[in-house]
Amino acid sequence: MKTNQEFLAGLEERHKPEIPYTTLNLGPTHPATHGIFQNVLQMDGERIVSGEQTIGYIHRAFEKIAERRPFYQITPLTDRLNYCSAPINNMGWHLTVEKLLGVQVPKRVDYMRVMVMELARVADHIICNSILGVDTGALTGFTYVYQWREFIYEIYEEICGARLTTNMGRIGGFERDFNQIVFEKTRKFLKEFPPAWREFENLLSRNRIFMDRTIDTGALSLERALNYGFTGPNLRACGVDYDLRAIEPYCSYQDFDFDIPVGTTGDTYDRFVVRNEEIWQSLRIIEQAMSRIESMEPVYHADADHYYLPPKQEVYRNMEALIYHFKIIMGEIEAPEGEVYTAVEGANGELGFYLISDGGRTPYRLHFRRPCFIYYQAFPEMVKDQLLSDAIVVMSSLNVIAGELDA
Amino acid sequence: MTTVVSKDLQLKLNEAIGLSCEISEDAFGVLNMELPVNQIFGVVLFLYRDEEFGFNFLTDICGVHYPQLKGRELCVVYHLQSMQRRCRLRIKVYVPLEKPEIPTLCGIYGSANWMERETYDFYGIQFVGHPNLRRILNMDEMTEFPMRKEFPLEDPNREDKMDYQFGR
Repeated sequence: MKTNQEFLAGLEERHKPEIPYTTLNLGPTHPATHGIFQNVLQMDGERIVSGEQTIGYIHRAFEKIAERRPFYQITPLTDRLNYCSAPINNMGWHLTVEKLLGVQVPKRVDYMRVMVMELARVADHIICNSILGVDTGALTGFTYVYQWREFIYEIYEEICGARLTTNMGRIGGFERDFNQIVFEKTRKFLKEFPPAWREFENLLSRNRIFMDRTIDTGALSLERALNYGFTGPNLRACGVDYDLRAIEPYCSYQDFDFDIPVGTTGDTYDRFVVRNEEIWQSLRIIEQAMSRIESMEPVYHADADHYYLPPKQEVYRNMEALIYHFKIIMGEIEAPEGEVYTAVEGANGELGFYLISDGGRTPYRLHFRRPCFIYYQAFPEMVKDQLLSDAIVVMSSLNVIAGELDA
Repeated sequence: MTTVVSKDLQLKLNEAIGLSCEISEDAFGVLNMELPVNQIFGVVLFLYRDEEFGFNFLTDICGVHYPQLKGRELCVVYHLQSMQRRCRLRIKVYVPLEKPEIPTLCGIYGSANWMERETYDFYGIQFVGHPNLRRILNMDEMTEFPMRKEFPLEDPNREDKMDYQFGR
């Protein structure tokens, strides 16, 4: 027999209204998601209670396609991973194949690659940080610095003829040497971009609204970040100077003098600041690389006849070159057996290529370790108990690129 | 990058959990190890907690299909990384096609969640204990596992790319 009080308490419990969580679909095609992925958020008012993501809307089966393609023809696939910094992906793939084939490239090629990769990193960070500004409501900075991304694309255009999906480089080096216009344009970039970028930084980094929107937003502790497999600027914002360029140098990065900026709290503001600082360091590297390239003998490819595509002019005139061109393009050249894992410091983290070769003309298995794919799963934890508007800036500052996420 | 001699790690694993597997170092400084299915969780947990080596970072999980290896057709490849010792370790686990089951690592690494879902999606490898083992990149209604070798990308009857046309 229940006492009156017990009965009443139970009554209250039984008639307690369910918490009316609202299910909100942020995406798949929301302008603020910057790509096609869906976030199903459970909202309590404007507070996010939990979230779950659905991805795969632009999945194109790159890994499966790569199993049917000769090594050269995989480069255009890598362009489409992180399309904001396509040359880094290209170079990462070429480095992987060179490792497998045992091709040694000359120092100058390394420096040329470094220069191109750092330009790509600058372009990627310009996009990420200026769009972060847009997501907090500041369009001015974006319109102001975006022309410099276009300027970098013009440099790419001089190097290889393409702008976005560059398909840059060759196994063993570059297709041709950098022409004078590349150096002129890069010098112009190094001279005129820093003041513009300084102005952009001044516009946002001490801006009251921007700071209120980003500080303590989407913070993740260092332990959680490591557990979630964060790399790149997102991890460095948590306070670890983990940078593959420094700890596992590829492309002669050890010859360059640069610092690794780190943050402290791992929130959105720190990610923004780390990316800003990285741009300055990249500019330093580009400057050093340029001066070295110009003072060296003009070699731009490795001495590897079996793997390096002959220059087009020779293909037209020389029978041997024509045969090699055909054999390489049709994938007649067999790779040795083996397996390679190569990682490069992509603009948003460790971009890895795991390649298993069974001695055939195509990879037996190729796996892309895409940084976006791995850290995007931390998103629900980062936005939990925060506002919907915070989710927008967190996603923006994570730099999730749909092409890389889905592969 | 490798500052750890593979012998050290092997000795430690032998002493600690009586594991008699061989750790070899490949030409690029990555340590290689093959484990039976029932030991993967224990060994990875030990490596994660170990203070000397501290493999605190899971770089990558992916699957491989070897149709010709009978009884061990599917392979799961783990790439672990020790940040303090600056060393990478590759662990391979083979499972049979009839019973592709392997314990999940979600309890150790948060990053394992999506990587295992991707591996399941492509190869149909069941990660036992995974909290949410669903397809991630392909659509839910799909019944095949598309990265297995029996699913060719192109029409196999296509005749404009046969070997004899290239003198092979």
